[in-house]
Amino acid sequence: MQVAENDIVRKVRALLETVCDPEIPVLTITDLGIVRAVHVTDDKESPDIEIVITPTYSGCPAMDVISMQIRMVLLEAGFKNIKITQVLSPAWTTDWMSEAGRQKLKAYGIAPPASTQSVCTPDAFQAEEAVQCPQCNSYNTKLISRFGSTACKSLYQCNDCKEPFDYFKCH
Amino acid sequence: MLSPKIKYLLYLADNALILGHRNSEWCGHGPILEQDIAVTNISLDLVGQARNFYQYAASEIGNNTTEDSLAYLRDVREFKNCLITELPNGDWGQTILRQFFFSTYQYFLYTALKDCNDEQLAAIAEKSLKEVTYHVRWSSEWVIRLGDGTAESHQRMLTALDNLWNYTGEMLIPSAYEKEINEALAIKGADSLAEKWNRKIKEVLEEATLPVPQSAWSQQGGKEGMHTEHLGYILAEMQFLQRAYPGVEW
Ligand SMILES: [Zn+2]
Repeated sequence: MQVAENDIVRKVRALLETVCDPEIPVLTITDLGIVRAVHVTDDKESPDIEIVITPTYSGCPAMDVISMQIRMVLLEAGFKNIKITQVLSPAWTTDWMSEAGRQKLKAYGIAPPASTQSVCTPDAFQAEEAVQCPQCNSYNTKLISRFGSTACKSLYQCNDCKEPFDYFKCH
Repeated sequence: MLSPKIKYLLYLADNALILGHRNSEWCGHGPILEQDIAVTNISLDLVGQARNFYQYAASEIGNNTTEDSLAYLRDVREFKNCLITELPNGDWGQTILRQFFFSTYQYFLYTALKDCNDEQLAAIAEKSLKEVTYHVRWSSEWVIRLGDGTAESHQRMLTALDNLWNYTGEMLIPSAYEKEINEALAIKGADSLAEKWNRKIKEVLEEATLPVPQSAWSQQGGKEGMHTEHLGYILAEMQFLQRAYPGVEW
């Protein structure tokens, strides 16, 4: 039997808030929006816990580490029957990133994804969305490469302060 | 004897794995750092997609089959990837042109698959499509830049076109198991794949001031496990560790 929200679910959610993305450690997995559901069976002594997560990109190497970290924090908190399930649909989108997550990214020097999803089509040489420099806030920036240090980022440079920066691209 | 569905899943997985592996050979060798990172990011996406298809195939096969046993313990004749994915990278222009041809195929294929009546296959396709959309944009922009670039880059793209064109038809000619799956999973748009692919290729080649080859002859066999000599070398490198030290983990 499953219950919607109880003390255990709240406790599990609070624990998930402490698991950080290994590649962008300022973001927690809940900031990223990759935790899709928390299921807890109605057993006060030893509940079955299921955490449903979704990858950002198919090949995201952080997913295995994240699954392991989730298991660790739950084990440390005394939970025993833990199941971590990965789902692919609906596909993760940057729209699921929390507002707090966006602010933390910017403070960390990574431009957060634009809040409205840009149209993603395969056409060449599309007008790029205006990306704000996380250092000086200028919108006068240019794309260096659509692919950056991790699958989720593009490389930009600011035309005003000249600083190169990562942009967490819309997806 | 594998069912058509398992063959089909392996076909999708093998394409992604082998092309992903070829792209990974550019790691540390790209013409400039940003593009080295781009091609290896595409590699990572493709290997990730391959894992999803292999995991699904493994669950359908059962008998302790895993994504790893499918990738590391099958031999050449069991691989079903299109020949174009296993061809050597050649120069940067040839790598880019192959990526453009193949990503465009994957784009229209995944667009059709995401609405099929197999829930897990549709989910993998929906996820992969977002990534492949980027790959099509990136590779088509490079085809245009190089084709409509300098005399040398234009000449190199002509050579690449000549080397690759006869391998493009195979993607679009369905094998027996693809036909069965198109029917069984109600994959709409599978019949118009070739038409859509040709239209997109023509549009980009024209913008790149490159001719659209007229030759309709195509080199085939990969989908049925008949490969070029190149695949054996890829597997020798990719599978060495698991063959030499079965079950090793690190
Ligand atoms: Zn700036």
